[in-house]
Amino acid sequence: MKPALRVALLAASIAVLAAVALALKRSDVYLLTLYCVYLMATFGLNLTVGYAGQMSLGQAAFLGIGAYIAAILLKLGWPFLLVVPVAAVVCFVLGLVVGFPALRVQHHYLAFATLGFNVLVYLAMRNEEQITGGTFGISGIPRPTILGVDLGGHVAFYWFTLGSLVVLGLLLWWLLRSPWGRAFAALRDNPIRAESLGINITAYTLLAFAIGAACAGIGGVYFASLVEFIEPGPFHFSASLMMLLAVIVGGQGRFFGPVVGTVVIILVPELLRGSSAPWLKFMQVWYLAVFGVAVVLLMLWLPGGLLSIPERFARKAKPR
Amino acid sequence: MAELVQLVVSGIATGSIYALAGLGFTLLWQASGTINFAQGEFVMLPAFAMLFCVLAGMPLWVAVLVTCAAAMIVLGYGFKRAIVDPLIRHGVIPLVIATLGLAIALKTLVRAGYSAEAHQFGSPFPGGVFSVGGINVTYADVGTLLIAGVIVVALQAFVTRTLTGRAMQAVAQNTEAARVLGIDVKRMVLYTFLINAVLAVVAALLITPTYLAKFDMGESIGLKAFFAAIIGGFNQTRGALLGGVLIGILENLVGFYVSPAYKEGVALMLFLVVILIRPEGLLGKAEERKV
Repeated sequence: MKPALRVALLAASIAVLAAVALALKRSDVYLLTLYCVYLMATFGLNLTVGYAGQMSLGQAAFLGIGAYIAAILLKLGWPFLLVVPVAAVVCFVLGLVVGFPALRVQHHYLAFATLGFNVLVYLAMRNEEQITGGTFGISGIPRPTILGVDLGGHVAFYWFTLGSLVVLGLLLWWLLRSPWGRAFAALRDNPIRAESLGINITAYTLLAFAIGAACAGIGGVYFASLVEFIEPGPFHFSASLMMLLAVIVGGQGRFFGPVVGTVVIILVPELLRGSSAPWLKFMQVWYLAVFGVAVVLLMLWLPGGLLSIPERFARKAKPR
Repeated sequence: MAELVQLVVSGIATGSIYALAGLGFTLLWQASGTINFAQGEFVMLPAFAMLFCVLAGMPLWVAVLVTCAAAMIVLGYGFKRAIVDPLIRHGVIPLVIATLGLAIALKTLVRAGYSAEAHQFGSPFPGGVFSVGGINVTYADVGTLLIAGVIVVALQAFVTRTLTGRAMQAVAQNTEAARVLGIDVKRMVLYTFLINAVLAVVAALLITPTYLAKFDMGESIGLKAFFAAIIGGFNQTRGALLGGVLIGILENLVGFYVSPAYKEGVALMLFLVVILIRPEGLLGKAEERKV
């Protein structure tokens, strides 16, 4: 496909996504907004996993930190557009703090460090009641008014989230095309060669991880504002696991991998929950089991993720 | 003072269970480069298997034997053949992802197929407490330590004293050289998977009376197993033992003197401190990277 055609196609699909909200039920628009929020986090995670080649199992913790920061600051009356960078910076710095010791050693240690970090953050959310409200959470989080435009309505907030997601996506796209982004890919593909070419691999990996964390923090701000109520539940480490698997299922290191993967972890289970057909009821209970088995099979037969299917066919069609 | 000693003793007992799970984790890593993120679920499944056997009317020791056999077939041989063998060629990450998927699948299977509740699980030891010099110790703690100790000593003896055990060590240290020396590497790797399955069953037997049999019990014990292995040194079998016991003791102390709410976070803290100060783990040896 020609680049111009691609851009046009992408713009058209975003326009369709935006327009479709007018025809949908309120709950479906909510679901689409939630999808966009998680997509912010998984886009960031894809940078860590797909481009820098690191396993992070703490993305939900960063999403949660962003959400709690947003809940507290928005209730204090801070403007939304100020809360977003605050959440991003806090998550970025925390990412550096968690990532530094782990990445200094060996790369799979990041998976363990982030996993433990997520457990700790979850405990803090549940136990530090003065700040987080404990298991009761924080309710009554306001939706923003920006430049005099009230974003309290479900469609308006959806458009705002979708727009923000597109901006975030463009920023990440630009980052990956920059020399920095190329360095990320270089250190994933051959860390030792990258190092010999003068790339400080630890610094770059750490940076990729921290930027990924910051994206989740931004997503968290939108999450808090969308749901208007937060509690520790959605930030349990099993949610981190699902986000990681979303990136892998979609196709790690493919820019649009998370777009596909997040459908599988957010939209499908929510739609199943909302439906009442008997066989779908059955799937509500068994969905995660099917998903888990599917991940194993995917690794066995299609390690490149769902987005690698066209390439797989292309390769099969061409006789070698 | 008596309080402190009591906390340490019961910490060592709990820690020795973490150590067993961590030991299996380390063995798999050494022999085959497998990082098994489903290790916690490998403890959860035998717990339910034993529960079923007991509910079906078997005495506990029969249930343990039956579960051991089943675990060796399914979690040892089956796991290796179906998941590890095809994936290990592609490096660490695909296997990590696959075991993550497996962990989710196993948890959901138990929750959806059996129950989401926590189930009582009879302790293999008599209840009650005895006193030694003013320190109260439960029979369960002593029994746990005894069983864990016997298992570890037996394993150590097997690995260092028998020909098969030494061959397994050779494979763990240098697979290529072991192959050149005519050791059946595949068979040795299979043995490690079988041993891992048995260790998981023993860990399940010891921990389930306190943790209760629940579909998500593996999350916590799996996490402790990973951290025990890394804290002690990923490439040292003894490391997992030290790491597990340290986590067990510190958890008890933090739970009692600081806050029970943050007990679960102790392992992470210890892990972060250790890798900052001694990245290769307390007993580990630094590894060099291969180009």
